[in-house]
Amino acid sequence: MIVLDADISVKVHKAVQDAIQKYGASDDELIPILIHINHDLGYLPSQALEELSVIFKKPKSKIFSVASFYGMLSTTPVGRHVIRFCESAPCHVVGGRVVFQALIDVLKINPGETSKDGKWTLLTTSCLGICAVGPAFIVDDDIYGNVAPAQVQTILARYE
Amino acid sequence: MKTARSMVLVSADPESIRRGSEKIYSTFQEELSQLGLQDEISLSWLSDSGRHNALPMVVIYPEAVIYGPITPEDVPYIVEEHLNKGRIASSLVAPIHELSGRIAWLSSRKGTLPAEKRIVLERAGIINPEDVQDYILHNGYKALGKVLITMNPLDVLNEVDASGLKGRGGAGFPTGQKWRFVSKATSNKKYVICNADESEPGTFKDRLVLEGDPHSIIEAMAIAGYAVGADEGYIYIRGEYALAQERMRLAISQAQELGLLGDNIFNSGFNFNIHVHSGAGAYICGEETALIESIEGKRGEPRSRPPYPTTNGLWKKPTLVNNVETLANIPAIIRKGASWYRSIGTPKSPGTKVYTILGNVNATGLIEVQMGITLREVITIYAHGMKGNSTFKLAQTGGSSGSIIPASLQDTPMDFESFNKAGVALGSGALLICNEDTCIVDLCKVLVNFFKNESCGKCNPCRIGNDRAYQILSNIAEGVGTMQDMKDLESIEMYLYQMSNCGLGQTAGTPIKDTLSHFRAEVEAHIKLKICPTGVCRMSGHKVN
Amino acid sequence: MSTVKTLEDLKRIREEAIEKRKAKAISGEVQVIVGMGTCGIAAGARDAMKAILDVIEINNLSGIIVTQTGCIGLCEKEPIVQVVLGEQSKVTYGKVTPEVAIKIMKEHVDGGKPVQSHVITLT
Repeated sequence: MIVLDADISVKVHKAVQDAIQKYGASDDELIPILIHINHDLGYLPSQALEELSVIFKKPKSKIFSVASFYGMLSTTPVGRHVIRFCESAPCHVVGGRVVFQALIDVLKINPGETSKDGKWTLLTTSCLGICAVGPAFIVDDDIYGNVAPAQVQTILARYE
Repeated sequence: MKTARSMVLVSADPESIRRGSEKIYSTFQEELSQLGLQDEISLSWLSDSGRHNALPMVVIYPEAVIYGPITPEDVPYIVEEHLNKGRIASSLVAPIHELSGRIAWLSSRKGTLPAEKRIVLERAGIINPEDVQDYILHNGYKALGKVLITMNPLDVLNEVDASGLKGRGGAGFPTGQKWRFVSKATSNKKYVICNADESEPGTFKDRLVLEGDPHSIIEAMAIAGYAVGADEGYIYIRGEYALAQERMRLAISQAQELGLLGDNIFNSGFNFNIHVHSGAGAYICGEETALIESIEGKRGEPRSRPPYPTTNGLWKKPTLVNNVETLANIPAIIRKGASWYRSIGTPKSPGTKVYTILGNVNATGLIEVQMGITLREVITIYAHGMKGNSTFKLAQTGGSSGSIIPASLQDTPMDFESFNKAGVALGSGALLICNEDTCIVDLCKVLVNFFKNESCGKCNPCRIGNDRAYQILSNIAEGVGTMQDMKDLESIEMYLYQMSNCGLGQTAGTPIKDTLSHFRAEVEAHIKLKICPTGVCRMSGHKVN
Repeated sequence: MSTVKTLEDLKRIREEAIEKRKAKAISGEVQVIVGMGTCGIAAGARDAMKAILDVIEINNLSGIIVTQTGCIGLCEKEPIVQVVLGEQSKVTYGKVTPEVAIKIMKEHVDGGKPVQSHVITLT
């Protein structure tokens, strides 16, 4: 287990407790709980999985196997803001490629990477279900459609 | 795949056969080959023409002209006038009063499109989704009241059965039959699950219903629960649909407040409750057994079937899993009756189909129409034509596992029967329309990439096959492909289809298969000539490993 | 609203809603309806909504109800805004940027004249 400093450890513990409080520790709530913690902390630290393993009375490996399966959950730290770019065909054929390149150019990171200052993580995702207004991407919880390459800079400037 | 400019369908029901339609069919064959038209005009049987006085009949697409009753002697005239000279042989056109059902609807088109018919999307975009009163104003919860007060569960099953409703999730399984399976299963606890894990690229019809008309799903699930004997329901909504989840949760609390969910609904003694369950980003969870695994808090890996969820579903209890679009039909069927529903669409697939129109067209969006319109009609009329007057190259139907339709097939009517005949899958109803700037290798690569990312990894053909196919396609796109690569792609496609455990893997090869059968020359240009005809691929000459 | 136990209860809620709607129309109330499905929001419906609310606040307008609806399926025309003046029929606008929204509020909601350049017809 990775040893975190006390501050972070308290934060992780609180996130886990909050989620358990909200959903209750039944099996059908495991995924909602993981989503909740992932949303609070940006990812699922090893400590959180450990605590869940105790609460759910399941091996940590089981919890990890679930956490690592789903695209919206992350078991590694991410930047302060996560960009999920839709790489499915409907966005692709209406100019998604160029917009994606613009994102890479502006952020100066490759897909899957986090910027050195820890501000951005750039990820790709499968269809977001807003294909009629593609190309589309999500920054944290905000969704952007009909994006042209020139708009990328303006959109990213909204984030601290 | 043959390319046809016209399609001739000869009625094949027992009555027509008795009246000599086999002779009509063979006469068409002779006449067409005599004129050398056999490759331009496809000839097939129409098995579901319905009951008419005008049998035997012949339907000719794309004009959708119906001739009948005709004799073998009439055939040369029809071939000469209609198929050779392009004039309608009006003396033989079937009188409208002799026709019924889908055929009558076709003949009433007169070259114009039927108006949109909205059942599933009746209220989406019209009502305030966050106001239950607005839903009730638009006939909401009437069906639930009718069911609980005046019908017993068997009546409901019979009504749904009689409507002929088929599952809209993709497989097209008869809904009434599925309900009956769950109803028959004996258990002290049963579940109803609404599959709202709509992840097929290009499809967002379910989202429209969830966001725009959430109460209709609650009403339908309660009706389903009553019919099959379940008292608890789950709506599994994909994680990406945050707004849909929010609206659904609000709608559930409103329904609970009004006593339309909870105990003793409509004083009938029937109890029903619904939970919203969020997905976390996995396409495979749209597969019903994977979805159930996911609700149980596990990896979303499909189970081996049988046993089916109808007997061993959620927590091993009998479980009814229905798609959003399927459920959204239920309240209207109960309110207006099965025979009303039967009068819409085709006899084999009653009702409407929701299509999402995407890609290089002027108007993207969503339409709900009766089955049977053609792709050309969708593009020119609903989509207002190709963007910037570009040329139509291909359409991709039903998300990634759907077919790639070349331009030659754009006059094929889009219903399950005709599409099956043409070897095309209608899938989830997404129509991604692409112009001549689209490179087939690039598109196929994107589609395969999707499966590579979304394969759950449980079985080898899918996990390894998609990865390898992506690598091969990348090499072709970089200009370092070989002719052996094409053979490898073909065998990967075959293994995917034959050896994968679930539907995802089995259909994952469809884009590869369609690419090689319709656009082989374009792929070969990438390999042999090292050029990408559309200029999309980088052709860098670097091998991808 | 009390709980629904009979079909009469359901009918009562329905009639209440119809009455409410009639009363609104007769009083000449203005309804501005913004399409707030995810694609609408992705295309900028929130900005349009904000512009509309700003106009109402800045000019201290009254008798205007701003509501929302789901997506109607004309995604390409998003953001979509509809305006109903009293008993008049609904006017639908497409591609409503904040600037267009302000124009609609001034010319249509306040001035009574639809902004023809952005009207779309629903068929």
